Amino acid sequence: MSPKKAKSEPATVFSPELAARFDALVKKYPVSRSALIPMLLYAQDEVGYLSNAVVAEIARRIEITELEVRNVATYYSMLRFKAAGKYNIQVCTNISCMLRGAYEVYERFREELGVGSDGVTADGLFSLEEVECIGACCWAPAIQVNYEFHDELKPDLVPGIIGAYRQRIEDRAQDPFQNKEKDA
Amino acid sequence: MPDVTFTVDGKKLTAPAGTLLIDACRKAGIEIPAFCYYPGLSLQAACRMCVVRQEKVPKLQTACTTTVAEGQVFITESPEIAQARKATIELLLGNHPLDCPVCDAGGECELQDMTFKYGAGESQFVEVKHHRDEQQWSPAVFYDRPRCILCYRCIRMCGEGMDVWALGIHNRAADSVIVPNVLGTERGGQQLDCEQCGMCIDVCPVGALTSGSYRYKTRPWEMNHVSTVCTHCSDGCKVTLGVRQANDGSEIVRADNRDKSGINGDFLCAKGRFGFDFVESPDRLTQPLVRNARGRLEPATWEHAIRVATGKLKEIRDTRGGNAIGVVGSNRTTNEENYLLQKFARTVIGTNNIDHERTTDYASFARALAGHTGKTASLRDIAQACAVLLVGGSPTDEHPLLAWLLRTNVRLNRARLYIANSKTIKLARQAKATLDLRRGGYDKLITSLDSGRTEFSKAIFAEESLIVIFGEEFRGPAVENLIAWGLKRDNVRFAYLGDHSNSRGAADMGLFPDLLPGYIPVTAPGAFAEYPNLPAAPGNSLPQMLDAAAAGDLGALLVVGANPVSHAKLDPSILQHTFLIVQDLFLTETAALADVVLPAASLYEKSGTVTNTFGDIQIVRKAADRAGVKPDFEILVRLAGGMGIDVSTLVPFGKRGTTGDLGQSRGAQSGEADRHSVWLEANGLEPKLSPFDPLAALDEIERLVPGYTLDRVNLFAGNDVHTEPASPGPESGFVPVSALTAPELVVPAHDTLFTSGALGRYSRALGQLEQHQANELAKSELAKSAAD
Repeated sequence: MSPKKAKSEPATVFSPELAARFDALVKKYPVSRSALIPMLLYAQDEVGYLSNAVVAEIARRIEITELEVRNVATYYSMLRFKAAGKYNIQVCTNISCMLRGAYEVYERFREELGVGSDGVTADGLFSLEEVECIGACCWAPAIQVNYEFHDELKPDLVPGIIGAYRQRIEDRAQDPFQNKEKDA
Repeated sequence: MPDVTFTVDGKKLTAPAGTLLIDACRKAGIEIPAFCYYPGLSLQAACRMCVVRQEKVPKLQTACTTTVAEGQVFITESPEIAQARKATIELLLGNHPLDCPVCDAGGECELQDMTFKYGAGESQFVEVKHHRDEQQWSPAVFYDRPRCILCYRCIRMCGEGMDVWALGIHNRAADSVIVPNVLGTERGGQQLDCEQCGMCIDVCPVGALTSGSYRYKTRPWEMNHVSTVCTHCSDGCKVTLGVRQANDGSEIVRADNRDKSGINGDFLCAKGRFGFDFVESPDRLTQPLVRNARGRLEPATWEHAIRVATGKLKEIRDTRGGNAIGVVGSNRTTNEENYLLQKFARTVIGTNNIDHERTTDYASFARALAGHTGKTASLRDIAQACAVLLVGGSPTDEHPLLAWLLRTNVRLNRARLYIANSKTIKLARQAKATLDLRRGGYDKLITSLDSGRTEFSKAIFAEESLIVIFGEEFRGPAVENLIAWGLKRDNVRFAYLGDHSNSRGAADMGLFPDLLPGYIPVTAPGAFAEYPNLPAAPGNSLPQMLDAAAAGDLGALLVVGANPVSHAKLDPSILQHTFLIVQDLFLTETAALADVVLPAASLYEKSGTVTNTFGDIQIVRKAADRAGVKPDFEILVRLAGGMGIDVSTLVPFGKRGTTGDLGQSRGAQSGEADRHSVWLEANGLEPKLSPFDPLAALDEIERLVPGYTLDRVNLFAGNDVHTEPASPGPESGFVPVSALTAPELVVPAHDTLFTSGALGRYSRALGQLEQHQANELAKSELAKSAAD
């Protein structure tokens, strides 16, 4: 920060609501760096991924180096450094899901979306990821789309799921009052 | 903590409760292997090599995190433990390339040693090893990722030890990787933006981090390892130079201090670790130069150069008197050379016109402490002090070892560091309290401390003992005032910061126009009575000599390892009527004007002793060698010999046979006996056999210079020996501080982490590091302005 900048309110990459939430979060812990992981999660939910600007601002807010933020952030596979789709489809292929046909589901998603693992569709709506256990073994095979679960899947159900999300985008586009993201 | 007794491998050991088992065992000579454990750093328990069996505990325990308690029973070597360690090594070797034959660490690699000890050299893995290409993070630091065993030593050393925090670890498990603090972009790879100390390379147990100056050059067993003292700043770190035979002598290929001897332990800064390459600079002088009839410097033999120099010196001395000649000494030559230089000036030339480029005001320091003993602090005292008041300066840049010791003391011993400065310095992060002297400056310090109103002054006042460290901000009367303030309280000790590797030695050895060795005034009656023809009047200081030269009154000037033309920003033409003799490593601005240039050896190419700014004397051992150059000591002896002097009056060597009658009336003090021989005899020392042996001068220093009473066993073992300026009290010609020194004579060098005066200019490694850091700075400024 240049001395000139430091005096005025520093620019933020977050929405005013999230910035206010972070202001409170940092003060909540005896040591401000304890707020790091929740901040990373909330920041990713809002921005979509942990951009350089996000890392820099979080480091500044809790007064640690950017390197330390990255040390922590890179440890967790659910934190991303590249943009994912608006709907990030995470297909579990751990043992329960695998035994009940997770790979068939996964392959079907690949065909329908035309992207591989960690790929993002050209319109930026969907991304596909193969993940470890998401804790839904009882209803295997399961997937997680952002924070929503879809379970007891069969490959044939895949186009319906994708279609439902596409529909949701269109509904929002038509209804100006519902435009705000709720499921994020 | 009270001592407890426990059993290791059937041996009863005793250690304070709470000691780490690994430390207790190592102290008792039981070696427990460990990769991640490093003394002085926080615990990691990442490598699992130090596992031991503890009785009644179901699983193997890590010795690096187990603290000892009464009655515990441990087993450190058994088939079970060997199996566990072998398994650990096998996992570590899973991705580790077996490129030991080309690896820098081969032969001194902890992983290699352990693999030889426990086996597991053959892997059961069939998977292909992860290979990544090596990365260059800075001119000094290279990273070979596949060799890394993720012990975290480098990260902790950089963060906790150096307080730089430039290294981190990304990802997890088998994908974990050490990363530097500057992100890679499409245009360039990852970079290190740090102090470039190379400590990470030093602590790396394998060959993952390698040094830009040493990598792929040689093998550890092909070098001789010589323990000597760094020549770059006045902290006096011990440094172990790895030396290898070269075409024209022997070359230095590496500098570190892995044996952890000396005050600095394993610490070295960028200058000590990488800045030794000035000795191999292509600009190095290796032949004497004499100005010919056409006014050009041309190479000459040593005999010719000495003949020309001494002929002229003798002629000027005999026709115009000794005071027509001036002598300028060096901040980088040994104590013996400095002592010999002033003795040469005072007895051979017969003048007190001797000075050096003063970077701080040691004379005032000595005077202010006159008559007090035990009031100066050695570096070891500072390393263990409970409370330190640091006034002024920027130790992180100018005294890296001092900064390291203060940080370590705060971290490990919870020492209290108080900082009074007109700037914000990096050490403030370790400080318990700081006093901002931006307004009022250093003059206000004592008033502020005495006021007792601020928290800072209350905290200082509450300290039972205190070490006050200050620097060139205090000169002349200010030094006296500060020391008088401290002397009023019990248990205050002082350290005064100067700039170069032997600035303190130059002052202690009397490179002053008005002070003899040991800060004894030349006017003091009976001082150094055994010096023949000692002139009684003070001579000219360096600026006065230069004024005399400008006025045409200075016939000759002998400059040893100094560069007054650049230092005092002189107009070169003022020296045109002066016969100039320069002894130096390089053709400096001053040497370029000389009539005779004599190529001198660097501190790494000679032996002797040096005194750091805290008064700790250490022994310098000859490591490298360069054909054509001579130590300044030898040059001075040859100059004296060339002037027709009986050299044994200058350097006491050989048996001179005049032991005299040691009876009451005609004893050593009667003037008839050879005092030096008597003293040697009394101290059980042998006479030295060569006039070129600096130890002969050391004997005389110890005999004549107050304060230089040397613990020779420690000194010659390579340890630091503390001395104090034992200036005589008021009864023997005490001169008040204010009358003694002209503070304007003091020109501090303000070297940074990557500059070291004339030496640093000729070091390629330091130049590259400075450039690298300048680029990093420019980049981060650019990034900041882009973000604004």
